[in-house]
Amino acid sequence: MANSFLEASARERVQAVCDAGSFQEILKPSDRISSPHMALLEQPVAFDDGVVIGRATLGGAPVLVAAQEGEFLGGAIGEVHGAKITALIAKAIKEKPSAVLLIFESGGVRLHEANAGLIAVSEIMRAVCAARAQGVQFIGLIGGAAGCFGGTGLIARCCDVLIMSEEGRLAMSGPEVIETVYGVEEFDSRDRALVWRVSGGKHRYVMGDIQALVADEVDAFRNAALAALDSGKVGFDLENLEAEHAMLTQRLEQFGDCRDAKEIWQRLGLPSAEELALMPADEFVRATDSARNVARGTR
Amino acid sequence: MNRDQVLNALFADGWKADYLEADHFYGRARVANQEVTVIGTSEKAEVGADMALTMARVVIETIRQRPGEPIVFLLDTQGQRLRRRDELMGLNGYMAHLAKVVELARQRGHVILSVVYGEAVSGGYISTGMMADACYALADAEIKVMNLPAMSRITKIPLDHLQELAKQSPVFSPGVENYFRMGHLDAVWQGDYAAQLADSITRLQARSREEIGKDRRIERGVERGGRTAAGVVLERVLAN
Repeated sequence: MANSFLEASARERVQAVCDAGSFQEILKPSDRISSPHMALLEQPVAFDDGVVIGRATLGGAPVLVAAQEGEFLGGAIGEVHGAKITALIAKAIKEKPSAVLLIFESGGVRLHEANAGLIAVSEIMRAVCAARAQGVQFIGLIGGAAGCFGGTGLIARCCDVLIMSEEGRLAMSGPEVIETVYGVEEFDSRDRALVWRVSGGKHRYVMGDIQALVADEVDAFRNAALAALDSGKVGFDLENLEAEHAMLTQRLEQFGDCRDAKEIWQRLGLPSAEELALMPADEFVRATDSARNVARGTR
Repeated sequence: MNRDQVLNALFADGWKADYLEADHFYGRARVANQEVTVIGTSEKAEVGADMALTMARVVIETIRQRPGEPIVFLLDTQGQRLRRRDELMGLNGYMAHLAKVVELARQRGHVILSVVYGEAVSGGYISTGMMADACYALADAEIKVMNLPAMSRITKIPLDHLQELAKQSPVFSPGVENYFRMGHLDAVWQGDYAAQLADSITRLQARSREEIGKDRRIERGVERGGRTAAGVVLERVLAN
C-alpha cells in the first residue's frame, strides 16, 4: 500500500502528516550527529541516531515534530536520540508552537547505552508534562511496525492526544520479554491475534488509552492530527488527572480479572472478537461507541 | 539495606505507616521540623498497574489534603511487573499516570525527593523516583536497566569487551556512580542519611518554583563528563 503509515519511513511520515513541503529538519544527517557510544562498541551508527526532528506546519499552524525511525535499532532511545527529543521540547517551551507532534516507533531504551536511554526517557516525560502545563499541546501518533514499548510507551501516555492504527501496538513490556520470563502459557508471543488483543490499537481505543483509531493510511493519521489540533488539548491540571485516576481505578474494578481483550469485549456486550478483528477502523469506532463509554466509566 | 533499616536511618524522629504491605508502603514522617509524605517500594517490588495506581492515589491525596507537603520516595524495585494481565490493563498508562501526578505535585509546590536504598531497575524507577526534583541513592544501592551478562547475550557483544569498556564509559553498565556521572543523581549518600535528607529538603524548599521546575540533568551530566553528547545536541537544537 503506497499510502501505508506502517510501511513509511520516519521522514516519509513527517512529510505526509505535516503540510506538503513544510518540514525543515533540525540537525540533518549531513550534520553528522551520531551516537559516540555505538561507535565505541563497534556497532553501526545512523547520522540521525534514529530520530528525525524539525519544524513544520499542520493545517497552516506552526508545529514542532519528532519521528522515530524503527528501521534503526527498532527506534530505541540512546543518549543522542533522547537529547534530540528533549531539546525539541525545550524549544517548544520557548517558541510555543500550536502543537508538538511525536511520531512514535520504538522498543524503548537502547540497551547499548541503557543508562543514557533510561535517563533520557525520564527527561522527555518531565519535559512533555512541563510544556503541557505551559499550554503546549502534544499529539502522539502510533502505527509503526516496531510498536511503542517500554519507556516510549510511558512518554506516549504523557501526551494530550494519541492517534493509533489497529496495526500499532502500545504497551510496556513486549510479549517476547514476558514469554521469556514466565513461559509461553503466560504470553505466547507467536500468537499474533493475541498480541494485538493485548496491545493493539483496537483494544487501546475501547479502553480509552487513546483518543483516535484510524486506518493504516498516512492521510488518516494527518486528518486525525488536524482534528486533534482543533479540539484535543487537555489541560495538565488536577481536575483532568483526577478524571484519569477515576478511569484507571474503575478499569481495574471492571476488568482486573481479565487476561485477554476477548473477555473485556464479551463483558461489554460487543460482537465476537473475530468480527471485531475484521472491521475497518471507522466501522469499529461506530460499533464500539457506547461500550467504550462504559469501559472508560463515563456512561 | 532493607525497608525497616532505611526507615530507621532516615527518620530518627520516627515515622507512622498508613499502609504497610510486603512490597509497598506509605505513611508520614517528621523531617527538618515538618511533616513529609513517604511512599515506598520494598523487597525488590515488581511495579504493576495496581501498585502504580495506589502510589498515584497517595500523591493526589497529598496534593488535595496537605498542600505543599514534601514527598519522599524510597525505592527498591526490580522493574515493571511482567504479566500479560498488567499489559492488558495498559501498565504503561498506569505508570505514566503516576509520573504525571508527581509532576503535578511539583508544579503545585511540593518538593519531591527520591532515594534508592535497594535496587532500581528500568520502568519501576522511571515513573517513581526519576521524576523527583532531587534523586539520591545510598552507596550500596544499585541502579540499572540490565546486567552485563544479559546485555552481552542480547547485543552479542562479548562480555569481556563490555567489562573493559565499562571502566571508561558510564553509559551502559549498572551502578549508582554511573548515574551520578551522567547527571541523574544529585548525590550518592554515605554516613548520616537523616541529616542528608533534612538538608536536601531544606535546600529544595529554599529554591524558587521556577528553579525547581527546570530539569538540569543534561547540564550536570556535561559538567561531570558523563553526557557530553547530549549537551552538544541540546545546545545545537536550541540555537537552530
